[in-house]
Amino acid sequence: MCGIAGLFSKSSSFEQRLGDHLADMLIQMADRGPDSAGVAFYRNPAPAGSSKLTLFSPDEGYDWDLVAGELSGAFGGSNGPEIRASHAVIVVQTDADDAGRWVLDNHPELRLMSAGQAIEIYKEKGDPREFVERFGLRELSATHALGHTRMATESIVTTEHSHPFSTGLDLCLVHNGSLCNHNRLREELRREGITIQTDNDSEVAAAYLTWKMREGASLTEALESALDDLDGFFTFAVGTADGFAVLRDPIACKPAVMSESDDWVAMASEYRAIAVLPGAEEARVWEPDPGQVYIWEKEKV
Amino acid sequence: MGTAEQTVEVVDLTETTIRELNQRLHDAADGGPQNWRITHPNGVHAIGAGINAPLEIDIDGHVGYYCAGMNKEANIRIHGSAGVGLAENIMSGTVIVDGDTSQSAAATGRGGLLVVRGNAAARCGISMKGVNIVVEGNVGHLSAFMAQKGALVVCGDAGEALGDSIYETHIYVRGSVAELGADCIEKDFKEFHTAELTGLLAEAGVDADPADFKRYGTARKLYNFNIDNADAY
Repeated sequence: MCGIAGLFSKSSSFEQRLGDHLADMLIQMADRGPDSAGVAFYRNPAPAGSSKLTLFSPDEGYDWDLVAGELSGAFGGSNGPEIRASHAVIVVQTDADDAGRWVLDNHPELRLMSAGQAIEIYKEKGDPREFVERFGLRELSATHALGHTRMATESIVTTEHSHPFSTGLDLCLVHNGSLCNHNRLREELRREGITIQTDNDSEVAAAYLTWKMREGASLTEALESALDDLDGFFTFAVGTADGFAVLRDPIACKPAVMSESDDWVAMASEYRAIAVLPGAEEARVWEPDPGQVYIWEKEKV
Repeated sequence: MGTAEQTVEVVDLTETTIRELNQRLHDAADGGPQNWRITHPNGVHAIGAGINAPLEIDIDGHVGYYCAGMNKEANIRIHGSAGVGLAENIMSGTVIVDGDTSQSAAATGRGGLLVVRGNAAARCGISMKGVNIVVEGNVGHLSAFMAQKGALVVCGDAGEALGDSIYETHIYVRGSVAELGADCIEKDFKEFHTAELTGLLAEAGVDADPADFKRYGTARKLYNFNIDNADAY
């Protein structure tokens, strides 16, 4: 069992309070996943030509200013670090691939949680309620966000094995369920040049989508082919720079509820995580059909 | 019934814990309020599970998992949608949900009636053993899986593997069936079935013509129906 929460803002005023509302949703899902918690927030996009990294260090006293300074030296100017507990966000004046590679080459003690224009991933082992407070999630504005509470079945409980998993720029995935064919698929994806950092089954699903989209598939196409290629149980929520998508496997053992009001679109493992949102009692509520891709994206201007 | 008995006991689940509410509902079997209104259910699990008295209960909003589980005698109306396992193992009484219900509604139910005004998701009536179920909308895949007794009425469409490995339950579907499960076949209406369907539609308050439905049931071809296998037990 795990818990999932996803929230997409339909109004700019709701964006300002999105972190507060996602925190409430995550706490409702704490019973479903007391081992660890994580979120992906899409917010404050880096300016064109720049990119945003989220980095993790288990060392509480880590010298983030040093890394940010080195990144400025290498690429000419950086913003940050914006430190949240064990994580730091740094905006770098280069593309996300180069910046990410530089960090992995020069600071192997760090873990790259996410890279892209808007994505920020924070995750940590331990109780989701403590996670929400420790990372100050309530103060964060965002256009949309995903959250996950984990009850581990397929791999060890560490920060690195927590969700969301990001294996591509501005792309992340959270998963409730378990996959059976992840070992072989992981090897195949690595041969295709996709970076996979752990032995976790859900990270393979994220990597699979990254690979499919690199080969030219749209997110919808990538998710539809996941129905054929991923063997196991899943409810996925996938975050992109523009929105999020939801997919359940055709057997649909794992729960999902969706809801939409004038201000937001939400998905969660259970309705109680949606009930805490303003206007939930009047919102439309439905269960997503198995094997069906649902996508919300902000209108591109 | 005197006026005192018609007083409605209102319980707000944002102020009362689910354990306290359920304890009071269980205690009502020995006397006390018979009419209840539960407000702000907010998806809480196990609301009204294990009631053993002819209570009249209205729930204003969406409920979580296992609402009205094991219900005996009570009439429970949910003015919203329901999560997984609504009326699981219902023994008697009536459960009516105005909205949709998630999977495994009335699973293993032994008696009583479940009415779903919206859609029921996968596994509706799985292993049902005597409960009657009327769904005004659609049911998802694997509904009435290994169903043993009772009737499932679907006014909309049914998903894949309907009635897989079914025993003696009667299934009536007005719309399309995506796929019949193993050993489930279309069958003729006999006088009994028309009367049963007419009665269930009336009891559920559904305006539908029994003549528009098709009936499905067991072909009795699976291993356990073959008398030659009786010695194996």
